[in-house]
Amino acid sequence: MTATPPTRCASLPVSGRRSRRRGHAATGWLYASPTALFVLLLFVLPLFLVLRMSGSDWPLLAGNQGINVPDNFHEAVSHRFFRDSVVFTVKYTVLTTVILLALSLGLAVLVQESTRWKGLLRTSFLVPSALGLASASLLFYVLYSPLAGPFADLMRSWGFTFLGTPEGALWSTIFLIVWRYAGFYMLLMLVGLQSIPDEVYEAARIDGASRWQTFVGITLPLLRPTLTLTTVLCVTGSLLAFDQFYILTKGGPDNSTITIVQLIYNVAFQGQNDLGVAAALSVITLLALVIINIAQIRAFSRRADD
Amino acid sequence: MTGRKRLATRLAASLATGVLALGLAGCGGGSDSGSSLADAGATGIDDGSTLTLWTRAPLEKQAKLLVEAYNSSHKNKVELTVVPNDDYVAKVGAAAGSHGLPDLFAADIVYVPNWVKQGLFQDVSGNINGLPFKDKLNQGHIAAGTLDGKAHVLPFVMDLSMMFWNKELFKEAGLDPDKAPANLQEYAAAAKAIQGLNKPGVYGTATGFSCGGCLVFTWFPSVWADGDEVLSADGTKSLLADDTAKKVYATWKDLVDSGAVLPSSRDETGPTWTAGFTEGKVGLMLYPATLLSSTPFDVGVAGIPGPAGGSSTFLGGDGIGVSKDSKKAAQAWNFLQWLVSEDAQVGVLAKNHDVVARSDLAVNEYSEKDDRLVTINTVAGNGDTPVALNFQQAFNAPNSPWLTLVRGAVLGKDDSLDADNDEITTVLSH
Repeated sequence: MTATPPTRCASLPVSGRRSRRRGHAATGWLYASPTALFVLLLFVLPLFLVLRMSGSDWPLLAGNQGINVPDNFHEAVSHRFFRDSVVFTVKYTVLTTVILLALSLGLAVLVQESTRWKGLLRTSFLVPSALGLASASLLFYVLYSPLAGPFADLMRSWGFTFLGTPEGALWSTIFLIVWRYAGFYMLLMLVGLQSIPDEVYEAARIDGASRWQTFVGITLPLLRPTLTLTTVLCVTGSLLAFDQFYILTKGGPDNSTITIVQLIYNVAFQGQNDLGVAAALSVITLLALVIINIAQIRAFSRRADD
Repeated sequence: MTGRKRLATRLAASLATGVLALGLAGCGGGSDSGSSLADAGATGIDDGSTLTLWTRAPLEKQAKLLVEAYNSSHKNKVELTVVPNDDYVAKVGAAAGSHGLPDLFAADIVYVPNWVKQGLFQDVSGNINGLPFKDKLNQGHIAAGTLDGKAHVLPFVMDLSMMFWNKELFKEAGLDPDKAPANLQEYAAAAKAIQGLNKPGVYGTATGFSCGGCLVFTWFPSVWADGDEVLSADGTKSLLADDTAKKVYATWKDLVDSGAVLPSSRDETGPTWTAGFTEGKVGLMLYPATLLSSTPFDVGVAGIPGPAGGSSTFLGGDGIGVSKDSKKAAQAWNFLQWLVSEDAQVGVLAKNHDVVARSDLAVNEYSEKDDRLVTINTVAGNGDTPVALNFQQAFNAPNSPWLTLVRGAVLGKDDSLDADNDEITTVLSH
């Protein structure tokens, strides 16, 4: 405290140049403040709240009951569905990412190559993206329903229901996600494809490269920034999957499709009603996501350096 | 550089102060200028206040009728909010944490013991003691809301599980449409007989094998009907691997294996578990009595039988109380005391073919016209409401150990019944 007055005195006789620079800085802060405010209010504060919750005994209905630091994390990792949900989430993420990216790249190449039907194809692939994920899930809930769905008779004669077995429920959900997102990822891939200069393709053609050689040797390497973006988006989105499973399967049949976010929701609101343990699970998920995303971006950029 | 840093600090500081102030304003909340239950008197205050009331979607019809009738006969106005069943706990929990509960809210009676313990409801025992008919109120609901001798809730809407059968399909299958199956074996035999008609799209019976709440509601009474219990008296130990329960699972396993159960029952999570019967495609079913008025064809109604006969029911539905956050408790009591009055019980609920919450009103002008209502009201006397603090997690949650138990015992082949039952006990005693 005692050191403060001299510092302030020293900074009083400022030169004109310095004050102008300071003026610039103030203007800069002014410009940045709306964003900073939003980040603070909508991201930093909730993050601190979750961190605090994860270190507190916090039942849903009774509120904060004080600190119990390692207990929540211990209870979170020893939850009877923790392992199952991690394994299932990773399995779902790998399957979805591989299928979705391969398919959307294929669609993008198809749309780019085709000249006559370009508009129609692009539109028809993109239409499902106009539907919200929750609405799309409800739509498929009815389509898959053995009671009200249009395939009810078919399912009866086959003795099989879409959501009735663990494998069926997983693939039915992946089908919904692919249907819903293929168009969106195709669009991202298209933008990437169109940013590759024609000259490179021309050179390849002159060198007598086949279509496949061109695709592997030119398209894929030059598409790397787009592939990084889509992989990061798809992996993050799939690891945080919730809506589709909440509506279609509720984690069933026989608890075979519980994702990690669903587990968080269940712990918080469906029975255990323990926000502390749910927050601990959220913090673990957040850390895992940060690590996975850093690893992905590193991996892609290292390959770019080679 | 220092200037910029200092500005940043100052900005952050002022922001933090602002946020703190906001937080404080949110927490503060005036404690005065409200009415309390102590000055409610026998009838509460009817001074034109606006009261808020939350309930969950399955009881929407009854709640709307009650609120309309109250609003048209009182100065107070009740604003009803209906919340989807699955979101109700989350919504109440969020509101409880932020002191934003409505004046009145209803709760699934199996959640009431927990919510009372968490202090979400105000103590209304003094007011209930002022009611001349307090001993005639449904004791199952009152007991669920009683903690340390203080009552916190009144019955809002009673929902009983009953055995319903489609008389038309019974006739076609050569069964006596006026005689109820006397035990679970006869129930299974009737279901198989209707299945034997081989009518396209028609099945013997139905339930919800992925809906813990549905199974609790319809299968517990079979155990009670034989004079057994499902939980220990203090609600911390599960008795669902005992002999009577095993007989119940065996009957249902036989029904599933013989193909007499609606196929969609296997994955039914609750939203459409009664739809098959309501559409006339299911022969007989253990079914909620609140749907009597919405079932368009001729049905027979009886209590739920056990493996050896008898009959019982799950005294479900919702209890209602004054929330801890209400500033208009005396006005809210005015609604509650009206709710248990003859005007509401007979004039609204019995008129809509619903069960009344007062035994002295069980026989009324509407029940006399429909003997099914007399049956329901009589069976209500043998019914039960299980009380356990962790009921939701053990039974109703989508990944509850109860669902694992039932699916293993009825749909699966594995013999994990005792282990699954221990898992329920673990959750109950947590």
